[in-house]
Formats: sequence, C-alpha cells, structure tokens
Amino acid sequence: MARKLNLRIWRGDSDSGELKDVQVEVNEGEVVLDVIHRVQATQMGDLAVRWNCKAGKCGSCSMEINGKPRLACMTQVASYPEGETITVTPLRAFPVIKDLVTDVSFNYKKAMEIPAYAPPADLAPGDARMQQVDVERSQEFRKCIECFLCQDVCHVVRDHEENKKSFAGPRFFIRIAELDMHPLDILKNRKKTAQEEHGLGMCNITKCCTEVCPEHIRITDNAIIPMKERVVDIKYDPARWLGSKIRKREGL
Amino acid sequence: MTIERHNYDVLIIGAGGAGLRAAVEAREAGLRVAIICKSLFGKAHTVMAEGGAAASMGNVNDNDNWMVHFRDTMRGGKFLNHYRMAELHAKEAPDRIWELEVWGALFDRTKEGKISQRNFGGHEYPRLAHVGDRTGLELIRTMQQRIVALQQQDGRDFGDMECNIKVFAELTITDILKENGKVSGAYGYWRETGAEVLFEAPAVVIATGGVGKTFKITSNSWEGTGDGHALALKAGANLVDMEFLQFHPTGMVWPPSVRGILVTESVRGEGGVLTNINGERFMFKYIPEVFKKMYADNEEEADRWYEDQDNNRRPPELLPRDEVARAINTEVKAGRGTEHGGVFLDVSKRLSAEVIKKRLPSMWHQFYELAGVDITKEPMEVGPTCHYVMGGVEVEPDTAAAVGVPGLFAAGEVAGGMHGSNRLGGNSLTDLLVFGRRAGAAAAQYVKNSGKNPVSEAAITAAAAKIQAPFDREGGENSYSLHAELQEITHNLVGIIRTGAELQSAIEKIADIRKRSANVSVSGGRKFNPGFHLAFDLDNMLLVAESTAKSAIAREESRGGHTRDDFPGMNNKWRQVNHISSFDGTKVNVREQVLPMLPKELFDLFDVHELEKYMTPEEIAKGGSN
Repeated sequence: MARKLNLRIWRGDSDSGELKDVQVEVNEGEVVLDVIHRVQATQMGDLAVRWNCKAGKCGSCSMEINGKPRLACMTQVASYPEGETITVTPLRAFPVIKDLVTDVSFNYKKAMEIPAYAPPADLAPGDARMQQVDVERSQEFRKCIECFLCQDVCHVVRDHEENKKSFAGPRFFIRIAELDMHPLDILKNRKKTAQEEHGLGMCNITKCCTEVCPEHIRITDNAIIPMKERVVDIKYDPARWLGSKIRKREGL
Repeated sequence: MTIERHNYDVLIIGAGGAGLRAAVEAREAGLRVAIICKSLFGKAHTVMAEGGAAASMGNVNDNDNWMVHFRDTMRGGKFLNHYRMAELHAKEAPDRIWELEVWGALFDRTKEGKISQRNFGGHEYPRLAHVGDRTGLELIRTMQQRIVALQQQDGRDFGDMECNIKVFAELTITDILKENGKVSGAYGYWRETGAEVLFEAPAVVIATGGVGKTFKITSNSWEGTGDGHALALKAGANLVDMEFLQFHPTGMVWPPSVRGILVTESVRGEGGVLTNINGERFMFKYIPEVFKKMYADNEEEADRWYEDQDNNRRPPELLPRDEVARAINTEVKAGRGTEHGGVFLDVSKRLSAEVIKKRLPSMWHQFYELAGVDITKEPMEVGPTCHYVMGGVEVEPDTAAAVGVPGLFAAGEVAGGMHGSNRLGGNSLTDLLVFGRRAGAAAAQYVKNSGKNPVSEAAITAAAAKIQAPFDREGGENSYSLHAELQEITHNLVGIIRTGAELQSAIEKIADIRKRSANVSVSGGRKFNPGFHLAFDLDNMLLVAESTAKSAIAREESRGGHTRDDFPGMNNKWRQVNHISSFDGTKVNVREQVLPMLPKELFDLFDVHELEKYMTPEEIAKGGSN
C-alpha cells in the first residue's frame, strides 16, 4: 500500500533558501503533515514546521501546498494525482523564520489593536439572557481557529508589506463583526473604526479569504460586506450625515 | 554569552485554560505576570476539548446542584479523588462559567436564553455548558481575549500594553530554579532562535497539561509531553497516582494517520449508539454492579431516556469513560471488532443530518475530510485512545500549592487528585478554571508575603550547560527513534490492560532508554530545530513513563484508569492509598500515602449502601473523618 512520494520542501531562513527534493514513503489516508513528519524523523531532523493538534482545530500547520494556503493536517496526499510532485512552502505574506515556519506576530499585534469586548457595567454573572438565534451570528466568527490563511491569501498584504500598517486583515474584520453583532457588547462605532483605523475600505471583496477558510466561515458575505454596507449607508445618507453632525449621534 | 533576563512576580508555564485563568487572577491581584507558551498563543491543547464544561447551573434540569455534581465526580473517580478538590470544583464551577460569559464567551442557549447544558457520561443531569462541539476553543479564545483586554487597559493606564502581563510564545522551559529551598525562577530557550532566557520570579505556576505523547495512540498534540510533571519532580515536588491514565473510549481508528484523534463524547450524549461487527449494542453487557441502579439494561428503556429522563435509566453508552473504554477493548479482543480494530459508533439513525451538522459540526468535518465518512449517513469506527492523565503534581487543594516546594503551584491537567482514578468528561474545562483561578490567587498572595528570591549564577550556569549538551555530542542517539521506542513500550506494556510481568519489563526498558537518552545528539543549529526540542521533551516523557509504570506495578487492583489483568476488580483497601512519586536525581521512587477521608458533611451526601461498595466496614463505621 505504501508508495513513494516526491516532495519538494522549501528550506532556508530569512537570509536565503531553496527548494529541496526528497522522496518519502506515503501510506493510505495520510495527510501532507504526516509525510513532512516522516521526512523530519528519517531525513531532516532539523526541518522546522509548526503543528499542534493534527485535527484541524488549532490552526498551527498553515503553509502553502502547491502554492495554495492550506492546513497541512487537513490536506490528503491522495487529493493530488499519483506521481505528481507536491511542493510545500512557507506562508508568503509573513517573514520566514526557518523552513516552513514564518513569523506571524503581525496577527498578534493586530489582535491587540482591536477594542476588546465591552459588556454593560452592571452585567452580573449568570444574568445574561440571549436567544440562540442572536448568538449564532457571532458564533460563526468565533469558530475561527486563527490559522491566518485568510491573512496570508489576502492580496492587500500578500505582496504589499507597506499595507500591513493600516490593514488588520480578514481575521480581524470577523473579530470586529463578531463583537459588533454580540448581543451584549455596548461599544459603539465598531464599524466606523473598522473602516477608518483597521483598513476595511481597502478590501475589495474578492472573497479569497472565504475560499481558503478551513472552518468555512463566510468571511466576506457575513462579516465584511454587511459592515461595508452599513458604513456606506451612514456615511452617504444625507439625513444621517446631518444628524450625526447636529446631534453627535453615534451608532455605526 | 549574555543571556536574556526577565523579572516578574509570577511566572506561568503553560497557556492553556488553567495557565491563562491563573494569569488573569494574578494580574488582577496587582502583580506582574509572564505567560510562557510552548507554541503560539491560543493554540494550547484546551482547544481540543469538544464536549463542554461541567457546572451545576441547573439551567436545563433544576434538580442539579453542587452536591449532585460532587457525588458524580467522586463516583466517576471511584472515590480516589481528593474530596476537597472535588468539593471546591463542584461548588465553584458555575461561577467560573458565568464569569466567562461576562468576558464575552457565547455559549449555546436554552429557550429561556440561559446557557444550555448537555448530557455527558457519568453526569446525572444535563450539565455541560457548550458551544456545539468546540467548547474548548471558546474557552481558550475567551481567556486569550480577556488577557488582551487587560493589556489594553494597561496601555491606557501606563502607556505600555505589555508592562504587567506579557505572553512569551514559542518558548520552552527546561528548569525550575530554586534558591534556599524556595522557587526563584525558571530557565529555558526560545524555540525560534534557540537563545536562552532567564526568568526571575518568586512564584511559578505550572499549567502544562498532559502526557499523552508518552503513548503511541493518543488524542494529545505534540505538546503533551509531561513537561510540567517532570519539571515539578526535578524541582522536588511529588506526583500523585500516576498509574491513572484515561483512555478515551472513542478515538478515530481509520485511516492510520488519524488513529487516536478524539471523537467527542457528545456523540454519545446526543444519542450515538455503540455496536460491534455483529450489530449488537454491546454496552448492556458491561454495566458494573456499582452502576446498575442508574443505567438501563435494555434498549427500549435506554431509548426512552432521551425523551424522558425522570422515569428512565440512562443508556449504558453514557457510563464513565473507563468502563466504556474497557468494554470496547474487550469486544475487539474477542474478535467482534471492525477490520481496523474498532467498533461502530452511530448517530445517524437517531438524529437528522441537519441536527448532526448543527450539534456536532467539527465531528462531521473531521470524519468527512480525514476519513471520507459522512457521519450523517454512516457509522464511525472508534476505539480507545490515550486522552488524559488523572495523576499529577501533588497540591494543597485550596491553594494549588505544590507540596514540598514553596513558591511552586500547579493547576489543570498537570495537577493530581481532583479526578481520582477516572475523570468525568466535562470536568476538565471547569477544573482548569476553578484551580487556575485558585493557583493565580495563591501565587499572588505568596509573592506578597515572601518577596523576591534572586537566582544565583551557579543555577544559571548549570541550566545553560544542560541546553548546550546535546549539541556538543556527536554521533549519539536520535531523539525521534528513542521517542518511537518509548511509545512502543508504553503502548504494549503500560497500556489500557496491564500485568505485573509486563510492567516489570517496561520499567527495565524505560531505564534502558533513559540511559541511552543521556547520549542524544542533535544535528543542525539552534534555530527552530525540532530534533533539539524533542531531546528535552523526551527527557520529560521518560520520567513520566517511569513514574506511571512504577505506580502501576505497585497498585494491585483494577480501578478507573488502571486495569490489571492479574488483579481484576476493585479492592477497598487500595482505595485508601495514594501513590506518591518523587525523584532522587537518578530515578523515580514510589511510596504509599494515606488518602484523606471524607469529612462527615460530605460523607452524609451519599447513601451509605453506595459507600459500602467502595469503603471498608471500618471506614463506614467511622462515618467521616470528623
């Protein structure tokens, strides 16, 4: 049952690197992470790769497989034609540390910039009452496993380092949407700050993020587009614009 | 070489549920806290917890309360639990869940809008707060975001978000340092660069989770290498009852690459049925005497229970995990398993495809993508997988302080005592929160009382030498192959069913690997080098395996997560005994210690006839310790 697979692995660090070809055994049902582990145990003891749960739940083993951002633990070797070489490379949008491991600290910095959940001051433990239908909208976004594949694929930052400063990326647009739709959150202007401070306007809804999301979160349709629509509504509705100027109304 | 130095009040090793909860508590007590993660922030094994968090909020059945939860926990642990930990856990769990909600967690709801609670093995009432089957992710994300919220507050107050609480991601701790018999800090290295780091801190909380990677088939990620267990042992702390390992009854068995990955108990809680290759619903044959009153002995009653829980007994699929795991093991050994060595678990006959995808979304996803099985139409193939270690650092129940080492605390899976010989599903997530909080509070109090305890140069030199050693050796053993050998030994000789002779042979073989591991050499440099990382993990796993095998050979009975083929059945005398492991610098020593007896007020929560099944007549006659 075992067969040989031609695997091409990017090896190197921030200074330089190259693709290395190896032949490795592959068994029925194995995923790309399995064969990478086999290479590590038998041929390249110091091959760097991040992984944790190996069950698609932690979002650690993000890499690019034949150029597509994917979780290595959820990518079956058998999904590629037999005989085809599989090429694994590190995430392109982030700086390489070593081999398949990149510096994803960009994402943790952005996470610290998103205003935290703000419950009413008098919310006592155990008192919250919410309907299932109302929590489900935010629950969809809370499924996010922070694999950062959406961040990696997003063309706003993929080849544009200069945009990173002003663009939080799809992962954090769904975080803002999640808080905005949270039945108990009382912080106002989340959509407005998404637009003005976190770069929501730079997204031109090509839906690449939705396509790569291993949790099948409808990032574009359910988070980004509704927020953009509300921002536009309020910004360009003359009556509301005037209202906001006269009475300093908030509520975006 | 100049080393990177940090100074904190409290150092938390481990960024899962327990570590993060401890960090929040210590920070809120006004102290400066460092959190060490072995991987990236938010990737801890807590994310793998699927089913839920057990807390007797009584939202679904208002007969529930802490006393019922306490009784269930003690029964599940076969009365080997430290009663005080089980009591604190049962009493405080609801507050810990409600607190998460105040921090932004979004649990599934009841019709009245309260937190919904689901059924689980060993719990008398629906008790598990949950979010579909990704409850652990919700918990870790909520804690992670709570920490960011505290950092943002510090940013506003002090102009530096990381001034009071800082996360050190991808950093491994190799030593806990002590001066004058008390904790003074910890030493380790950045996984990314291999550069060494010193943390000076008078209090250290160990919250490193489990030991599953010691075994071949496990639901644990690579991080479950018993680091905290080994760090504590080497620092002079004790481990209690390391023979008790939970083999979760339902891990995936096919294809081989996913063998061991968890299939949540919620599948059974939601109505999943176990059958063997002959289509027989075999669990009815395996209801032990002590549980006969609570579990249905026929299919009709078991099926009715899903509709009417007040007038029917529970289906035997919902027996505690140790019982179900042994039953599956027996069926497979008797030749009634599937071709891949498992049994069938089917939820498709009871629930519609839509309901399955809603209540068990990640299970659907996992089987569809990894095994090509659509669980809305077909049964799953499942078998036991090493899931959880009940044993762990011996702690004072109220403070989570490690016995014997001032300044050291332990919470979560790495701590022992709470779950006795077998943990109930759902009790882990609330254990993390209850004792994480207690550890954080007690560590803060300790620091306020004791003050600083500077690290000596000698301690630094010794710790640094250990890290460099594998690079200085050439042509030594390969850490990957030694790890594989160890896993083979534990799987074959210290697994779900044990015998004295096999355990003896395991102890000898583990000692042999330990000797060879002193000669591990590493290829490549220090920069993100997994072979180098594994060399340290291996050392930890070897100590854990030695402690487990030596505790297991000493316990001549079968109870919970410890089954001896040569000593079948529980023995009430052994219920009074804890096994305490300590480390003398070369080997693990195991001794017996008397388990504290329940005080009268807790003793009286049980029907005395039930206690007679677990306790000796002398204990019953005393009626409690006070």
